[in-house]
Amino acid sequence: MLNKNPAWRYVVVIAMLLICMLYALPNLYPEDPALNISAARGAVVAEQSVTELEQGFAKAGIAVKSLQLQDGKVLARFASTEQQLQARDLAKSVLGSNYITALSLAPATPDWLTAIGATPMKLGLDLRGGVHFLLAVDMQAALDKHLADLVSRFRTDLRQAQIRYLSVKSEPATAHIVINFRQAADMNAAASVLTSQDSQLLIAEGPDKLSLQISLTEQRQREIRNYALEQNITIIRNRVNEIGVAEPVVQRQGADRIVVQLPGVQDTVQAKEILSATATLEFRLVDTDSDLTAALAGRLPANADLYYSTDGRPILLDKRVMLTGDHITDATSGYDEYSQPKVSIKLDTAGGSLMSEASKEAIGRRLASVFIEYKPGNELNTDGTPLLVKQQEVINDATIQMRLGRDFDITGISSPAEAQHLASLLRAGALIAPVQIIEERTIGPSLGKENIELGVTAIQWGLMAVLLFMLVYYKAFGVVANIALGANLILMVGVMSMIPGATLTLPGMAGIVLTVGMAVDANVLIFERIREELAEGRSVQQAIHQGYDRAFATIADSNITTLLVALVLFGVGTGPVKGFAITLAIGIITSIFTAVVGSRLLVNLIWGGRRLQSLPL
Amino acid sequence: MQIFNFSQPINFMRLKWPALLLSALLITGSFASIFSQGINWGLDFTGGTVIEVGLNEGADLTAMRQTLSVAGYPDAVIQLFGSSKDVLIRIPLRPDLEQATVGESVLQALSAELAEPVTLRRVEFVGPSVGEELKQDGGMVMLVALIGILLYVAMRFEWRLSVGAVLSLGHDVVLTLGLFSVLQLEFDLTVLAAILALIGYSINDTIVVFDRLRESFRKLRDATVDETINAAITSTLNRTVITSLTTVLVLLVLFFMGGALIHGFATALLFGIVIGTYSSVYVASAIAEVLGISREDLLPPPPPETETEFS
Repeated sequence: MLNKNPAWRYVVVIAMLLICMLYALPNLYPEDPALNISAARGAVVAEQSVTELEQGFAKAGIAVKSLQLQDGKVLARFASTEQQLQARDLAKSVLGSNYITALSLAPATPDWLTAIGATPMKLGLDLRGGVHFLLAVDMQAALDKHLADLVSRFRTDLRQAQIRYLSVKSEPATAHIVINFRQAADMNAAASVLTSQDSQLLIAEGPDKLSLQISLTEQRQREIRNYALEQNITIIRNRVNEIGVAEPVVQRQGADRIVVQLPGVQDTVQAKEILSATATLEFRLVDTDSDLTAALAGRLPANADLYYSTDGRPILLDKRVMLTGDHITDATSGYDEYSQPKVSIKLDTAGGSLMSEASKEAIGRRLASVFIEYKPGNELNTDGTPLLVKQQEVINDATIQMRLGRDFDITGISSPAEAQHLASLLRAGALIAPVQIIEERTIGPSLGKENIELGVTAIQWGLMAVLLFMLVYYKAFGVVANIALGANLILMVGVMSMIPGATLTLPGMAGIVLTVGMAVDANVLIFERIREELAEGRSVQQAIHQGYDRAFATIADSNITTLLVALVLFGVGTGPVKGFAITLAIGIITSIFTAVVGSRLLVNLIWGGRRLQSLPL
Repeated sequence: MQIFNFSQPINFMRLKWPALLLSALLITGSFASIFSQGINWGLDFTGGTVIEVGLNEGADLTAMRQTLSVAGYPDAVIQLFGSSKDVLIRIPLRPDLEQATVGESVLQALSAELAEPVTLRRVEFVGPSVGEELKQDGGMVMLVALIGILLYVAMRFEWRLSVGAVLSLGHDVVLTLGLFSVLQLEFDLTVLAAILALIGYSINDTIVVFDRLRESFRKLRDATVDETINAAITSTLNRTVITSLTTVLVLLVLFFMGGALIHGFATALLFGIVIGTYSSVYVASAIAEVLGISREDLLPPPPPETETEFS
């Protein structure tokens, strides 16, 4: 007899449903008002601070739902928003300025679900409120700076090789450097010197007589652009982390764009100032001769200033700046020959000669790196925007061992993590390409909530309308289709919660509604086919069997083309459209599965393997 | 229950020339409107700033216009959005304007002048280059999707059907664009997504008909091409109509309950699905027919014996 289900099919279908149900489950739990506390500058929160916090909360009568220390960060959950706000103020006063506290909503997923990696779907900014920025990095500026640096390097190189030249000029418009000579011999000598210095240069005959035209290889230009982009991303990420936003997104988009998403942030003025705030770096010699205690008491020596290091230690530095950070072209962390963490710094040509001059007389003295940043403070301008406060910090000081040149290392760093952090700060000190905001979207929190409600009601009503229609039209088979539709929705939500990159947006919710309407298609195809087979006089069991088998080819072909469109949409679309494409694609795949495998299982279970005269179709 | 129960295939192809003529006219009309009055591109494409503010009482648009005019935005377009308490303010791109700060200054001007509190619901600023790129990218996505479909259908079926399918998709897209142009509805990013979803939906419909067409060609050995196409369309008509109905049902829900942000999306899809259903019945098959599709084109490479009942 036809249409009996092999046992393994039940196992597969039920297992899949259960897994997806499990992973869809976290979406049903509410969110707790929470506080994320992390230490500034990549440090970790100490156990002791956690105890202090707990005591502080207990004293103030703030009921803490839970308080966890994980990966050096604290997550504290509260019962209400008021307590969350109280707790933030308290945490700020208890811990001081070296810690960052951010308000957030932490999903109240039970531990056993978190343990298997089940988390709720990520919501897009249009559903949770917040600011979205798209920044464009000025690549021309990055290339110009590099060319200008090359020009001064060529001059030095040629002078050192004792080759006479008339002029070295950069032409930013065409990204060329042109060198003019008086004699052909000089020109040829210069070409070979420059090639030997840097194999990545393209040297050709220039526009004038006796001139060379030097351009950068495609690869070098790409490297410069990438570096400018990565550097900006590092800087912005650092800054965003400092202001305390829960789950910020700082991501590269395309060749020269950066997406910044700050969920929950409403004050775009502050956000923008942080994005465009400038950070600079200075190298100064440490003044060890003057009296530090006197300076702390307010009697500053004439030629030095009082600074504080990152860990709060006072330090006296020379008034004279030895070198500014815009000469740094690269800073990377690594290990020295004793396997101690170090940071290697590369300077541009001008910076190299300055450093070499200055360090010649300073061997044995300590050199401090001062990080200067303008941050929005607590005081307000007359127009209500926060006043920018200049913050200076000594991020590192080390003894100069020998005369330094264009490349030198900073050693004596306590940990590889600190070396990495220092390198990123040093790179941040010389922003080589400015950014510009080219897109900004702010969604108020009330609008986000409304959008979720609208989406959920639309899904509910849409689902109800379709369920009713199928029931009326196909009766008992309609029930089967409806169960398949319900299963489809569970699978969709489960899969979307499982995929880490999938974000639910308002168009994504529209996609779910649309999928509800389209998902019945596969079942409709099958049922209509079964009707046809019956009309052609086949027995009930043959009709069911043929109906499913024949409809399958159609379902596959028609859905593969739709899937193709969804994939194209995903590949090219951005933001909300991507969210829509994801739900569409997942919906197509799950609807094929529920119709071809799921509904067949049910139909076979109910009507299969028996002698029947007719079907309730 | 069954919507249609035909004992005989309906002669769809009898009307193929009138249908093609109608489609040609509609396409011409759409193009005429697109070229003469253009498309009302939304913020995503034109660039500029859109500010949505919420008020407690009904909004006095005239007063708001005046306030903003004084504040230096005489070109601001102000309209209600969804309800009388929800106001949408559009400020076009101007070279002399520091666009990134428009949102705040508009909000400040309004809160200073209006008696009631103004809450900011959303601010969107899109720079000029972004919008231009989006137009290009959007066109590119559609082109890539259509070429992908062209190749897939040509591979799985036959080139005439493939051309028919892609032309009918183009037909749906152009008519939907035409509707947006004629009614001057705002064309934003969600509408672009809707049109791509429409391509996905419409091709689904068309393939179902084609699939049956292939089967009918193999089964009905003595029928003419017209008769075979009629048989294929008739036997899939129930499915076509039911799927369209359920989809239209959910779209109606989205249209009426999905909120103002999703309105354009629902409008584009509602119209597109009606057009797409028509086009997969008439345009796709009729074009394949006109191009001279024949039974032999759809037989599997080694001619089969008879189609066996059970495989």
